[in-house]
Amino acid sequence: MYDHAKPSEPTINPDVSRRDLFRIVGTTLLSAELLSAQDVKDAHAAMAMPSPVTASNVKSLNGGPNYIPKHFNQHHFKTMRHLGDLIMPADATSPAASEAGAAEFIDFLCSRNEDLAAIFDGGLAWLDEFTIHKYGTDFLTSKPAEQTAVLDLAYGTRGGSPETAGGAQFFMWARNMVVDAYYTSPVGVKDIGYMGNTAMSSFSVPQEAADYALKRSPFGS
Amino acid sequence: MLQVQRAPVVHDVVVIGSGAGGGTTVKVLTDLGINVTLLEAGPMLEPMKDFKEHVWPWEVNHRGSGDHAESYFGKQQWSYWNAPNGYWDVPGEPYSIAAGEEFRWFRSRILGGRTNHYGRISLRFSDYDFKPQAFDGLGFDWPVTYDEMSPWYDKAEEFIGVTGTQEGIRSAPDGKFLPPIAPRVHEMLVQRAGKKLNIPVIPSRMAMLTKSIHGRAACHYCGQCGRGCHTASAFTSSQAMIFPAMKTGKLNIITGAMARELIVNDEGKISAVSYIDKATRTEKQIRARAVVVAASACESARLLLNSKSTKFPNGLANGSGVVGRYLTDTVGYSLGGAVPALENMPRHNCDGIGGMHVYVPWWELDKKNKDFPRGYHIEIGGGFGMPQLGSFRGAAANVGYGAGIKAAARQQYGTNVSFSGRGEMIPNEFSYCEIDNAKVDQWGIPVLKFHWQSQPYEIKMVQHMHDTFTAMIEAMGGRVTNRAFDPAANISKGGQIIHEAGTVRMGDDPKKSALNKWSQAHEVDNLVVADAAPFNGNPDKNVTLTIVANAWRAAEHLADEMKKGNV
Repeated sequence: MYDHAKPSEPTINPDVSRRDLFRIVGTTLLSAELLSAQDVKDAHAAMAMPSPVTASNVKSLNGGPNYIPKHFNQHHFKTMRHLGDLIMPADATSPAASEAGAAEFIDFLCSRNEDLAAIFDGGLAWLDEFTIHKYGTDFLTSKPAEQTAVLDLAYGTRGGSPETAGGAQFFMWARNMVVDAYYTSPVGVKDIGYMGNTAMSSFSVPQEAADYALKRSPFGS
Repeated sequence: MLQVQRAPVVHDVVVIGSGAGGGTTVKVLTDLGINVTLLEAGPMLEPMKDFKEHVWPWEVNHRGSGDHAESYFGKQQWSYWNAPNGYWDVPGEPYSIAAGEEFRWFRSRILGGRTNHYGRISLRFSDYDFKPQAFDGLGFDWPVTYDEMSPWYDKAEEFIGVTGTQEGIRSAPDGKFLPPIAPRVHEMLVQRAGKKLNIPVIPSRMAMLTKSIHGRAACHYCGQCGRGCHTASAFTSSQAMIFPAMKTGKLNIITGAMARELIVNDEGKISAVSYIDKATRTEKQIRARAVVVAASACESARLLLNSKSTKFPNGLANGSGVVGRYLTDTVGYSLGGAVPALENMPRHNCDGIGGMHVYVPWWELDKKNKDFPRGYHIEIGGGFGMPQLGSFRGAAANVGYGAGIKAAARQQYGTNVSFSGRGEMIPNEFSYCEIDNAKVDQWGIPVLKFHWQSQPYEIKMVQHMHDTFTAMIEAMGGRVTNRAFDPAANISKGGQIIHEAGTVRMGDDPKKSALNKWSQAHEVDNLVVADAAPFNGNPDKNVTLTIVANAWRAAEHLADEMKKGNV
């Protein structure tokens, strides 16, 4: 029933990039020309060429040490970057949130939306004040154990502790946006294992994946 | 002083609207050598610029939230990634709703209309859908039978390209199908759950090309049909019908043209179309031998109702008073489940075609003692989708903070399976639209006022959906993830499923219908309506394929009548 023709390797002119082919095909469509058989082949070849950015060809979105924040002051930016790495630290398989450009993402959107800026400016200020009152130093320069203690209060129970209630909205936004930034970055896409956004000549599912799920299901096979 | 610009040229046919109905009309008429002028209220579509196909989230600084973080504040109209498609709120184009009632009116202002973004689920109406009164005494019979419509469905399917298999199920008539597409892993589980519960789960019928046809490349299975397809492998009226028609030299497109009124002469025929040229905010008139209105069900009714004259004091073609009446949408309800069997499944690319590879046609047609009439089909969602903003917030919230977030996200990814019921709404007296004489839009055109009432059987149908979806999820070993269930609260709102139909209905009796069986107005023979407005019902089989088939039929009939000199 699902008998697709075996995919043939598309032949690609090495001098034509995927985007160029896109343009050829797209222009053809836009100018209301019908595609010839060769055009149709080219369209497939174009789509089958590696995307300009793939998970195996990832560029860091980390702005690096010389990043100039668009909205935050340097201290707030560094605090946000560090907080992001505590929310999503590196593990054995993937790097921390800073590699996904989480702070840069938040900084960019704060520069575009004053309601968001108010949440993060106020929240980061609250975080420093809270840490200073508790440990005598701002969040960024406090000891790792002290930082962890603050985050345990903020994130340990849903909605946070009464002690951190003043920062509750900020903590929720910070986590949501750090997590969002992570999984919309090359490192996050690689970590979660999304393998699409490319072109296939035919569609099929690997047998091992089907077997894996069916064996674990109530159906057994 | 402002003056109305009237051009002396008489156009053969003026088509108003460029979606499924307008696009089909344009294609059919230009193929037959007839000159067509197409009015579109929105701009020209430019796929290479407008479609964000294959763009990764990180290729834009805002990653899809909108340039000003709109999605974070509920201010984004639709996903940033979607093809240009319109929304329920159009700036400067309000509408009214009767006190205490709810309705949302989706408008699309772009060449191709809603076909640029729609789900492309392409289901034939069945024999009983055309003769519902004969079937169970409810609703209104169409002036056509399934057998009369079937050849037009053939043409529609063969042209737009629809996947599917021959199944022999009465509620889901077979058609001229392209090869089906293999099921994804979660869809295999749904198939097995269906087998256990005696519910048919069959290959989906979708307007994506599993083979190259009509100069359109076969699908490359990126799953991004909703973003718009650069290779036109997913059907749109803009790319598959209108762009090729431009090549014929028979088509003249006027964009930014908001139709205001159809003007009749002393003989009671339409002589001209009045429209607002949005760029200059001036009224223009073009003369026409015939007019095909395909502006979407409610917009078409609005145009007729706003075309009042001494000859037609209730609006054009509205001697029967049915224009605007019997407005329907689809009864919708969705439920999701988390399925542990899918946890940590070996990763693979399951993008496929945008949307489901299998679906459930209505399976209890012959069951007695149901507490609702007719039925619904089920659409299936799930798989390893491209991560987006919001995809893993829930997993993170369960963990708190730290390395556990990634572990939870990895485990949860791809385990959600969703079920959406799309049920039949039978036309009722209380759901309709009319002109609100006290309000105009920014173009000075009187707006619509909506009346909407859900009927008790619709709530019962939603209960049946919920019970079925729950049983399916549990059969897969999963658990329901949605909120507490309340059918009256969880049923879709009127207009939300974007399947409006029925507002300029067809029929054999001019006292009870506005159009004849060819979608031609009883009272004005150079007027044809070619969207879902002519529908006499709104079965559980999304409207677009039937819009294309019926518009095709109406356009060929109009061409015949023009050839014979009758129009």
